[in-house]
Amino acid sequence: MPDLTQARQSVLEGIEASGRAGTFSLLPPLSRLNYRGRISTVGRVAAAFGVEPAMEPCRAAIFGDRAALWLGPDEWLLLAKEGEARSIIDRLAIALAPLSYSLVDVSHRQVALKIAGPQAELLLNAGCPLDLDRQAFPVGMCTRTLLQKTEIVLWRVAETEFHIEVARSFAPYAWRFLEQAERDL
Amino acid sequence: MLLIDCPFCGKRPELEFRYGGEAHLARPADPADLGDKAWGQFLYGRSNPRGVHAERWRHVHGCGRFFNALRDTTNDRFAATYKIGEERPAIPEAEGAASA
Ligand SMILES: [Zn+2]
Repeated sequence: MPDLTQARQSVLEGIEASGRAGTFSLLPPLSRLNYRGRISTVGRVAAAFGVEPAMEPCRAAIFGDRAALWLGPDEWLLLAKEGEARSIIDRLAIALAPLSYSLVDVSHRQVALKIAGPQAELLLNAGCPLDLDRQAFPVGMCTRTLLQKTEIVLWRVAETEFHIEVARSFAPYAWRFLEQAERDL
Repeated sequence: MLLIDCPFCGKRPELEFRYGGEAHLARPADPADLGDKAWGQFLYGRSNPRGVHAERWRHVHGCGRFFNALRDTTNDRFAATYKIGEERPAIPEAEGAASA
């Protein structure tokens, strides 16, 4: 499979002002893998990927620059540095054989945005109906949810910092929505 | 906003869910043995109660899982939610008395 990484073009080109100051910004590209399999397979994923996927619902596990986000009772989103997807798939294939599982490279399906600062929750709540109080949505919590009309994965990486994953084709919409919401803060 | 208690994720806003029709409808083991009437009943016959209704929901913008719920069709109150494969729970009389 040819490496298309070099030919990659940001979906926000022409929209996103790089080095943007404000509550939200674009994060660099990542490797993303959607893993689905029985709970009994997760130990092997942990050994091969280097992060022990959380069993507790809506929790992210991190180790170094890798993360495993719980998306469902048999579904995790694995995040790693750009360009590592191929080698991770190969390692997992060895570790998981001959079990059945699903592992899909979704690196280019989504883009990541960072929402940070004292008004991060307020900005998100302009379009996200979840309770983002630090008790209700603590650091390390992650979930699929909605941002206005688009689905996102929302992950609180620090007290005042969120990582969101949005479908590539919906990124310009999410971006424009956040711009508008930021003006209204 | 109405909160629905996903058996996996906990209480979440209604917007994240999709309705999935009546629950506990078992597909006939051997459809070829059924007459048109019985097959039609399986496909289209629904209890459509006034009061507590067992129905499927999917946490589509969350964990993605289907689950079952008991909801009162007269006031939209959810009496219980439970995982697929679990028994329909008994609910206290007071909650299911709306149709009386
Ligand atoms: Zn859920």
